[in-house]
Parts: sequence; structure tokens; C-alpha cells
Amino acid sequence: MLARMLVLRFSREIVDKPIITNLVRNYNLTFNILKAQIYPRKEGMVVLELRGNRDDFHAGVQYLKDIGVVVESIAQAIRRDEEKCYQCGACTAICPTGALHIQRPEMCVLFESERCSACELCVKACPSRAMIVTFDKNIAMD
Amino acid sequence: MGAVHKSYQEINEKIRAGKAVVVTAEEMVGIVREKGTRQAAQQVDVVTTGTFAPMCSSGVFINFGHTDPPIKAGKVWLNDVPAYGGLAAVDLYLGATEPAFDDPLNKIKPGTFEYGGGHVIHDLVSGKPVRLRAEAYGTDCYPNRKVEMTVTLNDLPYAVLCNPRNAYQNYNCAVNLSARTIYTYMGALKPRMGNANYSTSGQLSPLLNDPYYRTTGLGTRIFLGGAQGFVVWHGSQHNPAVRRLANGVPRAPAGTLMVLGDLKAMLPRWLMGVSMQGYGCSLAVGIGVPIPILDEEMAAFTGVSDEDIVTQVKDYSFTQSEPLGEVSYAQLRSGAILVNGREVTTVPLSSYVRAKEIANILKDWIQSGSFLLGEPQHFFPTVQRGEPEENMSDEVIVDFEKPPLA
Repeated sequence: MLARMLVLRFSREIVDKPIITNLVRNYNLTFNILKAQIYPRKEGMVVLELRGNRDDFHAGVQYLKDIGVVVESIAQAIRRDEEKCYQCGACTAICPTGALHIQRPEMCVLFESERCSACELCVKACPSRAMIVTFDKNIAMD
Repeated sequence: MGAVHKSYQEINEKIRAGKAVVVTAEEMVGIVREKGTRQAAQQVDVVTTGTFAPMCSSGVFINFGHTDPPIKAGKVWLNDVPAYGGLAAVDLYLGATEPAFDDPLNKIKPGTFEYGGGHVIHDLVSGKPVRLRAEAYGTDCYPNRKVEMTVTLNDLPYAVLCNPRNAYQNYNCAVNLSARTIYTYMGALKPRMGNANYSTSGQLSPLLNDPYYRTTGLGTRIFLGGAQGFVVWHGSQHNPAVRRLANGVPRAPAGTLMVLGDLKAMLPRWLMGVSMQGYGCSLAVGIGVPIPILDEEMAAFTGVSDEDIVTQVKDYSFTQSEPLGEVSYAQLRSGAILVNGREVTTVPLSSYVRAKEIANILKDWIQSGSFLLGEPQHFFPTVQRGEPEENMSDEVIVDFEKPPLA
């Protein structure tokens, strides 16, 4: 079983195609959409968790790539600036999935991007603005 | 063996000779537990502390040098953040919480307060160019009415960090009893006690290791913003007369320190501009105070652990003014506390990791002989050991006590 949080970017040519349905029907995958957006120039962006057995998962991702969907792991879209993060822990108050959590007793603040749901609540809750989200900056596809 | 008595001079001689025994306040806990206060006092010469958290009462005095023609700057902006110019011609004070003049503030709640005085201080220390604008009404001796220039910290003739209230001795643990999320200087507080935020480094915190300010006074040399600085006075709101535990540790916010140091020697890692959602801008300041182990009492004071330190759980939504309970820092650090029978997740705003790093840096400085203890030339208001409770105030001073106007 493989489960990954992915960011999918659709060009305007394919934004209206039933792509997620095909992942379910043809590749036996399940999904959980956390964020979906269509931008003014009709490009689309979806953040979802994709789940299935290993072969199906890779075949599904290959299908996405073949039809022109840009597939990124969430870690490419949400990062922590390690220079700015001073390991206080304020972010752990609002992180709904525990991707940001404290390792005790050392009190180190850890970020596990695999558990991140891309809610972006941490961006404004971080006093030093250490969380970097690049969803909206990367929308240009043409 | 007789009682232990060491003078500042004796300890400084040891530091110069590279023979001083220096441990962090975290390490001192185990030493006192294992060996007792007598032996710990004999063995250890200095205990280092540390804290790194937003400290709003911070700022910098700057002199930007005379211009040609000269100006008596009245209104001053650094990267569009207003500074106070009501001093001599080109002197100014920039406060950490001042937002940029065009910041939307809380017009759409919660405001994000992206850039303010604390960020300017961080940019200066980082060596970044900063835009300085000044306006004046013009005089015969200072005819210039307007200047605009780009400066770096290097260009400035004088820049001194001078923080009127830092290193609070203990602080409230904040919760929210109301039904909506509130945004405070203690961070975002979720409704119905969704989280409990606290902000001291506990057993590593400077004044929790010197509860009666016995060795911390005017002239105490400290780690400040990555360089050597000084304690120069007690801070604003310094209030020693709060209820204390038997070990002398105040059970609520008590003493504070005013600190000062040369900004030019400081490092950006230890002065970070911060934005507190819905509240405002501030500056996270790194401070470490060395505590000389003059005798057994100082060994006992510095041996306190997170189990031995408590604070009050306070509601920040103006629903209830009385504390909701008392918790230890060991409980706070465990990740959850019990308040009125309910488990509440705890969230630190003070960086324990950085506090420990500061205590270790200070330890290295002292061990290498590059940092000598400053003997206090004046002591701050304090209370007697074992002062009766009735003489102590129950009042917990926080930045606001009265409900805001509707």
C-alpha cells in the first residue's frame, strides 16, 4: 500500500477532463482531495492524497504524466526555511495533521511534509514566517 | 568541610586561568540532585542560562550621522517603519513593535503584520541596506527639512540595542475560554481551551535561576543578541512581590531586566523579527545570563528543574479573570496539561532548543576565557527570603488587565 500527498497541476487543455475518476476506475486508486482551484487562465491545481497498491500507484502517476499533468510531491510545494525557523513550536497549535510537531524531551520542532495537508495555516501562524508555500507562484503553465 | 564562599574576583581569576567549571542550568539540575548543594557549590563556578522568545519591549538607539546641510530629524522612517525622532538632531529610537506606516493592521482580522521595527533590526544586523527617511521643520542651525538615504549597520556611527523589559521571570500560560479563536501576543488561542500557550525556557530561564536577583544587577555581563551585552537596570513592570514557592521561585510573572549592548557586534540569528498574527510585530531576542555560584544558596537556586517551577493558567478572552490553575513547567513541556479536569495541548512560544544553544555558547565563552563575569554595581528591588504570603500581591501583571473597550 502506498499513500502520497501530491500536488497536481493541469493545463487549460485538460482541466475539464475526468482525470481523477480515471484514477479510480482504471487504476484502482482512492483519493482524498484537500484543495482544488482553477486559476483565471483556466489552469487547475489539486492537492490530494493518493492511495493504492504500489504498482497501481505508479501506473496511475504515469497516466497523469502522460496526459500532461504536472505531478509534484507536497514537499516540493511546502518547505520550511531552516534559517528562519527558530524552533519555538507556535505552529504546532494549529497544524491539523501533526505534520508540524515537537520531539520531546529535546523540544525540537519537526516538519514531516508527508503528513502535511497543505492547509497553509502555519504560514501566518509562524512568527518568523519560516513556512514557504509556492502553490500560487507556480501556476504559470504556458 | 566549611561553608562555600567564592567572590567574583576568585571566579574571574579561574576563568582567566582557564580553570573555571561552567555548566548549563540544565546540567546543574542533575549535579545538584546527585551531589547536593554543598558539593555542587564547591565544584561548579558558573551556571549559564538562556532564553529565546519574542520580547516586545525591545528597540535600538541609532545616530545616523549629520547630513549636509544638517537636519534636526523630527519624523523618521526606516524601511517605512516610523521611529521616534524626539531626541537630538540625528538620534532616534526604533521600537520592535512599530508596524510599517502603511500596514493594514487589524482592519481585516487577524492582521498579519508582515514588517515592523523588529524586522528592521534584524535586517540591520544582517547587513542589509535599509532606507532611511527623515523630515524636519527646519531651524537656523538645522536648515534641512528632508533627507532620504540608504544605510547599512556599518555606515551608522552608533547603534545600541536597548530593551527596557526583557527576560521576564516567569510568564502566564495562556488559554481561551471563549467560543472563538483569539489572536494574542501569546499566539493564536483556539476556542474552549483548544490549546495552552506558554513562553519561558523554564529551568534554563535566567531569572528563574536567580529568583531574588542576588547576582543579576547593573553591570552583569550577558549574552545579548549573539554578542556581549549588559544588564543595566531592572525592567519595566519589575515586580518581585508575587507569591513564591518555598524554593523562592515566583509562581507568576515577577522580575524583568533592562538590557543593553552594541548592535554592531550582534548576529541576525539571535535577533529575529517576528509577526504575531492579529497582534503585531515584535523581536525575538536571545539572552543568556551567567550565574556565579558564590555559595550553597546559589547552587540550590540554579539547581531548579522544570518540576520545581510553576506558573498560572490564565484566560486571555476576558471571560474569567482568576487563574484557572497552577501548572509546572515539567507538565507544560510534556505536551499537555490538565485544566479543570480537561486535557489541553501545550504550545511553547519560547524556543527551548535556542535557549539551550545560548546557554552552551555562553558556557564556551566563559570556558575559553573570552567572557568574564561582571560584578553588579547596584541591585534591583527584591523581597526577603520566606516573606509572608500576606505581603505578596496576588495580582498577576500582564500587558492588559482591564477588558478592552467594545
